[in-house]
Amino acid sequence: MKKTGAQILFESLVREGVTCVFGYPGGAILPAYDAMLDYPIRHILVRHEQGATHMADGYARATGQVGVAIATSGPGATNMVTGIATAMMDSVPIVCITGQVGSKAIGSDAFQETDITGITLPITKHNYLVTKPEEVARVVREAFYVARSGRPGPVLIDITKDCQQSSCEFVWPEEPKLRGYRPSHTPSSREVEQALELINSAKRPIILAGRGIQQSNAREAVLAFAEQANVPIAMTLLGLGAIPASHPLNLGMMGMHGEAWVNTAIQEADLLLAFGMRFDDRVTGNVKTYAPNAKKIHIDIDPAELNKNVRVDVGLIGDLRTTLEELQPKIAATDRSDWIAYISMLKGDSAVRDIQNLPDNGHLYAAHVINDLWRETRDRETIVVTDVGQHQMWEAQYYKHEDPRSLITSGGLGTMGFALPAAIGAKVARPDAEVWVVVGDGGFQMTMCELATIAQEGIDINIAIINNGFLGMVRQWQEFFYERRYAATPLVNPDFVKLTEAFGLKAMRVETRGDVVPAVREARRHQGTVLIDFRVEQEDSVYPMVPAGNDLHNMIRRPSAIVETGADA
Amino acid sequence: MNTFVVLVEDHPGVLTRVSGLIRRRGFNIDSITVGHTETAGVSRMTIAVEADEFGARRIEANLYKLLEVLRVDNVTRQPSIFRELAILKVKTTPETRAQIFQLAPIYRARIIDVSTESLVIEITGNQDKVQSLIDVLEPYGILEIARTGRLAMLRGTGTASKPPEDEQDFGAAKAEEDLISHSV
Repeated sequence: MKKTGAQILFESLVREGVTCVFGYPGGAILPAYDAMLDYPIRHILVRHEQGATHMADGYARATGQVGVAIATSGPGATNMVTGIATAMMDSVPIVCITGQVGSKAIGSDAFQETDITGITLPITKHNYLVTKPEEVARVVREAFYVARSGRPGPVLIDITKDCQQSSCEFVWPEEPKLRGYRPSHTPSSREVEQALELINSAKRPIILAGRGIQQSNAREAVLAFAEQANVPIAMTLLGLGAIPASHPLNLGMMGMHGEAWVNTAIQEADLLLAFGMRFDDRVTGNVKTYAPNAKKIHIDIDPAELNKNVRVDVGLIGDLRTTLEELQPKIAATDRSDWIAYISMLKGDSAVRDIQNLPDNGHLYAAHVINDLWRETRDRETIVVTDVGQHQMWEAQYYKHEDPRSLITSGGLGTMGFALPAAIGAKVARPDAEVWVVVGDGGFQMTMCELATIAQEGIDINIAIINNGFLGMVRQWQEFFYERRYAATPLVNPDFVKLTEAFGLKAMRVETRGDVVPAVREARRHQGTVLIDFRVEQEDSVYPMVPAGNDLHNMIRRPSAIVETGADA
Repeated sequence: MNTFVVLVEDHPGVLTRVSGLIRRRGFNIDSITVGHTETAGVSRMTIAVEADEFGARRIEANLYKLLEVLRVDNVTRQPSIFRELAILKVKTTPETRAQIFQLAPIYRARIIDVSTESLVIEITGNQDKVQSLIDVLEPYGILEIARTGRLAMLRGTGTASKPPEDEQDFGAAKAEEDLISHSV
């Protein structure tokens, strides 16, 4: 049967299992939107195309399924760029579909024409320009396959308007055949042997647990490995939740705002086991002095990650879970209680500085808000979606994630404005989960137009604004490194309560510590989205901190001995 | 200097993908040449890039990320033939013309155009040989140089572009071998 390119597009999306798309219509994508009405697909109308990409991203991070965003040509397409780059940096499988001007008009600077495949070349795993309806089904099939296989990533499909309008016979292609694409790898037996030798002879090993664990569903394999060999586990930001925070071997987060004992342990380790992480500069600090006495084993699906930032002794290229399952039976059960006791000793020193032990002095600290939120929401499946900045680090420190995909945050690109739309995507993907946005007052205002999407689509999430009246993380850097010269960081904010109410949503303001829990409880009881404006201490900083490029063990500690991060339960 | 022989799908935009990838990873391309191969639908690129050993491995691993890249060979340290073609336009006077005519055969270069005040020389050879001729002709006044950039081919029967026995598995085994041997 003959179908138009637009019909083939949606026919193919349905066959790929898509039930929901996030988008914004426009001239060059109109034929596709018209065809969409005849297919069982929910469309979420966003207020800005960046929001559509972050929603598709949140959808994908919450489930592991491919998220889909749709926009028109020109400005619609360019508005997607930030969201695509965000997904690229964090290896998130999304497919972005953009309309393009008619194929005969390409290159003529036609109205709303832009070379989006050229623009997104460096920020997509692959992209396509489709000009003939015969190509649509194959390209959609390939795009989904490429997006989710190997190291996942964003794929963009740019479809000309005439391609959407003209017709051809619909043929659903067989499995994609891409002779130049090699998503799966297996480590060689020689490298496996070398790795086993290093692991079994290590005295002070430590696992660096990254997002790859969630991508490869390797939680059980990592735990089996760690328990068998008695190896403590340090988490990257995007790894949080991959291993339960309450697991006795889980030390907590590493890196720039990681726990002091974790960074110290990494610096003193004799073996680093990097599992699905990429030695980001926020994790290593100065690479020249990074874990100087440690041998390094790196397991990753992407061959290009090996020896990129840190030279490793053994690289195992392959799927993390499969590789660990191969290694585990050959790992000697080794007693490493001295090493673990030593780290506990380091931890004890920091834990007494826990801000939770600080008596209520009338000030509301962000750490209190996050910690109370965690205590209150532990009773059910909760996804926290954070933005970028101080609140993101406090969330990582004080919210104890037990489950994979329970924290969604922009790690690599550090995209402000990510949280609100990503949370909408996460809620659409997992309607049974409770979704909390934790966002700064700065980042919230970058995409707050999506409150209208929430109202129109009936999305039920909760939003906690950690409002300190500053672009807090930049202010903190100015305080530490620029003699407190606060260039362009103080914010004059709108009244977030009135603003939210203008969208027909419920909002509250909290200014004291005692009001945190009642507000959280009320928000949870309420049907529909609630925003809470938490007015927190204005000039609080995130501690500890490794200044950019410094040695990992050279941390700035909280000046007051009583208030610093710490594990508690 | 590293020389890569890269086999790619003959699709529009592949050159941009390859050159853009090398640029954004922070490497400078010295020369890049593209042409058809003995296999329909497959093009061959020869890319010369300044990089250390780790850099070269990163370039290779990153090239394999492109869907259109079928096979990558770093031929730098393998016994290989490197060739470049250059065409030089040189200023002449009646006296110097004879001198240049005498120089050319030493380099096995050919005079391919002569006018009253200039001539055009064609030379083929490795980079050193081409550069040496340029240096020798410099004093006469070089008006224009056109160079193709480097081409490379392995010596002996080994090839960097073995025709596919199984079309779908083209170069896959080779790529797998390259990629898993990345630990040093």
